[in-house]
Amino acid sequence: MMQYMLLFSRQGKLRLQKWYVAQTDKQKKKITRELITTVLARKPKMCSFLEWKDVKVVYKRYASLYFCCAMEQEDNELLTLELIHRYVELLDKYFGSVCELDIIFNFEKAYFILDELVLGGELQETSKKNVLKAIAAQDLLQEVSSQDNELV
Amino acid sequence: MPTPTRLRDLIRQIRAARTAAEERSVVNKECAYIRSTFREEDSLWRCRNIAKLLYIHMLGYPAHFGQLECLKLIASPRFTDKRVGYLGAMLLLDERQDVHLLITNCLKNDLNSNTQFVVGLALCTLGAIASPEMARDLASEVERLIKSPNAYIKKKAALCAFRIIRKVPDLMEMFLPATRSLLTEKNHGVLITGVTLITEMCENSPDTLNHFKKIVPNLVRILKNLILAGYSPEHDVSGVSDPFLQVKILRLLRILGKNDAEASEAMNDILAQVATNTETTKNVGNTILYETVLSIMEIKSESSLRVLAVNILGRFLLNNDKNIRYVALNTLLRTVHVDTSAVQRHRTTILECLKDPDVSIRRRAMELSFALVNGQNIRSMMKELLTFLERSDAEFKANCSSEMVLAAERYAPSNKWHLDTLFKVFLKAGNYLRDDTVSNTIQKISSAASERQAYAAMRLWTSLERAAISGDATEKQPLVQIAAWTIGEYGDMLVSEASNAISMVDDDGEDDFTRPSEEYVIDVYQKLLWSTQLSITTKEYLLLSLAKLSTRFTTQPSQDKIRVIIDTFGSHIHIELQQRGVELSQLYRQYAHLRPALLERMPPMEAPATNVQDVESEPEPELSPERAPEQDALLDLIIGSEPLTNGDADHKPPVANNNNTTTNQDILELLHGLEVPPLTASSNNNNPASAGAGTGTGTGLLLAGLLAPQALAPAGGIGDALDVPKVTALDKNGVKVVLEVTSRGGDCVTVTVRATSAAPVPLTDFLFQAAVPRTFRLDMMSPSGTVLPPHGEITQVLKITNPTRTALRLRVRISYVGAGGPTLEQAEVGGFPPDLFN
Repeated sequence: MMQYMLLFSRQGKLRLQKWYVAQTDKQKKKITRELITTVLARKPKMCSFLEWKDVKVVYKRYASLYFCCAMEQEDNELLTLELIHRYVELLDKYFGSVCELDIIFNFEKAYFILDELVLGGELQETSKKNVLKAIAAQDLLQEVSSQDNELV
Repeated sequence: MPTPTRLRDLIRQIRAARTAAEERSVVNKECAYIRSTFREEDSLWRCRNIAKLLYIHMLGYPAHFGQLECLKLIASPRFTDKRVGYLGAMLLLDERQDVHLLITNCLKNDLNSNTQFVVGLALCTLGAIASPEMARDLASEVERLIKSPNAYIKKKAALCAFRIIRKVPDLMEMFLPATRSLLTEKNHGVLITGVTLITEMCENSPDTLNHFKKIVPNLVRILKNLILAGYSPEHDVSGVSDPFLQVKILRLLRILGKNDAEASEAMNDILAQVATNTETTKNVGNTILYETVLSIMEIKSESSLRVLAVNILGRFLLNNDKNIRYVALNTLLRTVHVDTSAVQRHRTTILECLKDPDVSIRRRAMELSFALVNGQNIRSMMKELLTFLERSDAEFKANCSSEMVLAAERYAPSNKWHLDTLFKVFLKAGNYLRDDTVSNTIQKISSAASERQAYAAMRLWTSLERAAISGDATEKQPLVQIAAWTIGEYGDMLVSEASNAISMVDDDGEDDFTRPSEEYVIDVYQKLLWSTQLSITTKEYLLLSLAKLSTRFTTQPSQDKIRVIIDTFGSHIHIELQQRGVELSQLYRQYAHLRPALLERMPPMEAPATNVQDVESEPEPELSPERAPEQDALLDLIIGSEPLTNGDADHKPPVANNNNTTTNQDILELLHGLEVPPLTASSNNNNPASAGAGTGTGTGLLLAGLLAPQALAPAGGIGDALDVPKVTALDKNGVKVVLEVTSRGGDCVTVTVRATSAAPVPLTDFLFQAAVPRTFRLDMMSPSGTVLPPHGEITQVLKITNPTRTALRLRVRISYVGAGGPTLEQAEVGGFPPDLFN
């Protein structure tokens, strides 16, 4: 099960955080700070896995963004890489060649997509099409409910 | 009120800020504005304001004032509001927050909505932030939704059930009937969530595991269809059909087939098929192979299949991709106990990995290397590991050195080699060496043959002299301590010509030993004793050793020097050293006649008493001296890597512990102070709660009041247990704490602590701590809260592992602040069934 997922930039700026295990705000900040420093310090040729505290961190860099998942010891590390890749593909399909700015300005969408892919730290849908369909339908519902009024 | 700034405009403003101060001022201004709109109950723009607040929250600014507003959004009928409200709830609330009741009601409403996406949002939120209370309140709704005909809802409900069971394991029963039918679905989302849920259930209880054995054929069929079915664009990943689902099924098969010949037999073929048919040029193929290998090695598979699996790992190990190499090492480590010889074949490659620049790979390679050490390869392996130890990071040194000491102990081909290796390890591990190694080594030398003792003294002298001259003795204090003790005892053999017969040629064929003069030895001692950086403990070793040398050495100048040095300690600033200085110098004055007798050689030491008196199942009453220290070291491993002194108190000067005062030790002392003879305190009290509430000195201060006997609560008796063992730990002043065994299997039990209160006022800062005997291991999960409302409940889960399977006993400590001020209760809890761990 995934414990948490963090997206951050090469400069160490947090772009998205998803916690599947309860932590206090203070702990979250501490983990985020320490993990970002640790991962950024690793050289590009090193492997994507890091045993860190009591979790197994699986991370991968896509352009300027690091995608970083904290998994439990029994989880398949290689599969987690596939999961990260799947998420990136979905973002890419949704935004159309996604870049960091898309995620900054539409962070809520990035969360919505993640929530259709992963629930409670486990994968809920293995079909890209189904995820995008669910997101599109909800976007539509949102337009209908808020009429022409752009509320966000 | 004007229309608020749009989210993207705020983001632009913040990004335009050139300094941190500028950013802060933009954020503060916006936060102030958002607060004011919240006060005015502006419901039209609430959604936009929360979205902005969430962005501000991500930047690290406080946003808790938005919590209630999120709940208001959730309650709104508009979908946009709900979507953002639930997002906010997931980010700003978690199970620790006190708005449970409110959010539970919102969730309950939405779980009954007619719009599938509203139900979806509610399920997603429940899965992320469910507290045990919420889980209990909403479990039946979730169970109903698992049976929904809508796949979109079904899959989400299945994962929600998975989280609920994780949170509250005893809710599992109610989900069982709905779960099995999940596997008959076609939809992959439902299948994968169903498999996840079943996996959790099987890991939860052995009974459920048996219940699900009959689904093995279903799983095999699904897997077969995935492999044999042609290309399906919807689930294809680089030519592999739904690797996510394949991996989940392979893992569940592993759990079902473990220790079960029949189930294993049923899955042999499909595992062979997966292992041979999977494309390995891409990461995704390797992902599946990796999972397959793990399954093959863990179930009772055919030997040909095992050969296949080990070959796959061999290929992995040679892969250029670092990630694949990492998982290969990881898998070899997990399978090494099944088939050591197969793993041995890859030894050279594994040793190569010790030099990898990547810490993740090095760590795995180190662990694997230790698993591979045996009597045949010990010499070459130790050589490699010594090089590794020398270059390794600080975090590895403690573990690596104690593992090396253990391995040397077990497989040493000769006594001399053993000592040599130990000394080399000490030299390279420096101050990272664990305390117990010092005493164990001293004991070993003291009980060795006299020729060996002379050899040890001469070897250690060389190291000591080098350390003193190069000035790095402070980095190698354990070595200095051992050297001081040995030279003190056997100094006469060090300087005597009679020891010339002992060969000092080392492994590399060199003899770097020069016999020192007595005076030179004393000069080196003086240099070390004068150094300001050596710890008091090390100086105590040196001072006593020096006094011993006065009866070993014969020349007058060396005698005079010793006397001068000892006398100077008569005015040392440190009281313990001063006392020794004064006492020892008396041996030159009134009591000079006693000196030779008092400073005679130590008789061979007994192996340190092991601390495992608890283990009644130990059938052999007479421990041979070689075995005992090993056991002690093993015990230490069980306890963990913390440098708690263990069993060596006898050999150490009383003020020994240089800097080990941790919270753990405080607790330890507390427990010792109470003098309950059979319980040895545990060091595993690493629960975050205790760290947060009463750390360090706080715990220490509490001790004083605690020792009064009336503070002791009556020991618990057996509760009205039917099938789940339940023990009341405390029932006093309206506060009742019950320990309930919620799951058990093998040597591990899960205990749920339920604290309830009948007090009229809420009890704050509620903290539950527990300690178990040394042979047990205790993991404490975080508690559900720290405030105990009247008639409320706090739960906390403890996982207790007990490899010796003796009866469970606990010491507990409960502290809270109630109407009468801070209260602290303590109790010993017994009364668990003796066969709990079977």
